[in-house]
Amino acid sequence: MNESLHLSSQFDEDLGGLRTHVLQMGGLVETQVSAAIEAYSSGEVGSVKHIVETDRKVNDLEKAIDDDCAHLIAKRQPAASDLRLVFGITKIVTDLERAGDEAKKIAKGVRRIYEAGQMPSQYGIGVRHIAEAALGMLHNALDAFARLDPQLAEHVIRADADVDTEFKSIMRQLITHMMEDPRTITTSIDIIWIARAVERIGDHAKNIAEHVVFIVEGRDIRHPPKESKA
Amino acid sequence: MLIHEKPALKAEARNLNFYYGEAQALKNINMPIYDKKVTALIGPSGCGKSTYLRSFNRMHDLYPGNRYEGEIRFFPDNTNLLSSDVDPIEVRMRLGMVFQKPNPFPKTIYENVAFGLRVRGETNKRVLDDKVEQALRGGAIWDEVKDRLQDLAPNLSGGQQQRLCIARALATDPELLLFDEPTSALDPIATGAIEELIHELKKRVTILIVTHNMQQAARVSDYTAYMYLGEMVEFGKTDEIFIKPQDKRTEDYITGRMG
Repeated sequence: MNESLHLSSQFDEDLGGLRTHVLQMGGLVETQVSAAIEAYSSGEVGSVKHIVETDRKVNDLEKAIDDDCAHLIAKRQPAASDLRLVFGITKIVTDLERAGDEAKKIAKGVRRIYEAGQMPSQYGIGVRHIAEAALGMLHNALDAFARLDPQLAEHVIRADADVDTEFKSIMRQLITHMMEDPRTITTSIDIIWIARAVERIGDHAKNIAEHVVFIVEGRDIRHPPKESKA
Repeated sequence: MLIHEKPALKAEARNLNFYYGEAQALKNINMPIYDKKVTALIGPSGCGKSTYLRSFNRMHDLYPGNRYEGEIRFFPDNTNLLSSDVDPIEVRMRLGMVFQKPNPFPKTIYENVAFGLRVRGETNKRVLDDKVEQALRGGAIWDEVKDRLQDLAPNLSGGQQQRLCIARALATDPELLLFDEPTSALDPIATGAIEELIHELKKRVTILIVTHNMQQAARVSDYTAYMYLGEMVEFGKTDEIFIKPQDKRTEDYITGRMG
């Protein structure tokens, strides 16, 4: 990545401002996800409202960043690494916003479960584990963006396979529960939604990591052909 | 982008060096010019782009003390344009050139285009009329001037003059067109018309264009070469150069990180 300065210091400021805003937005989404996981484990449903409110800020930031990108493209016609950065950022904010939506889904699911007087921990423990893995992926993906570190990004991409595998195993567990005792179906379905949202957060973190690789190296590593998949 | 088929070569610089007296202006340039493609030369002022462009039609021969080394091969006949056996007049017959500022002759529109044909010995009025019309159509200016062919060319607008100069260059059916910053003196509308024309022209002729406007290079060319201090730093597909250049110096130049 090219770190030397532009002839136009205003251009440097614009690009720097964009990056800062993305990291701000990332920080908010990270908080949302970790608060949602916390609520799942502790049953502290008071934070749900806060998570939903944060989502509005995340949405506003998404729009503001997209707008800044459009202005920057119109004014500066960025090329090469600058173009990849701006293009990558517009994609990263989409994934961040969606990850925030998933956090909101988790929070609402948690509230439904607790309000029905149920404890998710009775239904197995896998969710908390993959949720932490997904949160770690998101954190690393944002770190990889902040430092423009493609190695860390590749690490995030590899981690997604574990989350996917664990998600499938949680699904199998819950299906067994539901078959054994139909009274658990309502809560099980909520937990499935939550696990699904967690798995999606992992996917969004992986996408962000892929955008980071594109920004730094100009390689589009999305959708590799079947045979090269590990 | 999955298919990497190389188009045929129209010309190729091989170990090309050029000296203005003692000063070396081009350093060991190796570069292909692909047939019926647009190749853009970009780089900061004084990097040798125009010097390189002008080597093709031996314009440097006009001044004493200038010296070439190496070759510019011209295909399909594999002639070395720089060879002392090759008559520069012969070379120029096969090439057309358009400059930064429109430079029509102080003659009528018709005569500007017919001039090159007359120099080649064409005297048949019907043939001349036909070729002038074709060239003016090729230069995308026919509709604007067909009713005033006997007007003086310098009375046209700048953009029209430049298209007339392109038509004049086309009249003799060149194999390679050399453009030296053809739109730097034109407004955005006239620039757009010339760029559109370049798109049309590459169906039948190879184009080598020097431009200071990087967005223009990105828009009109298939291949781009970045030159710096007389060297060719990077040559590649335009799509790749503007997304992911390989050399840090190219990157710095096209992202506006150096002068």
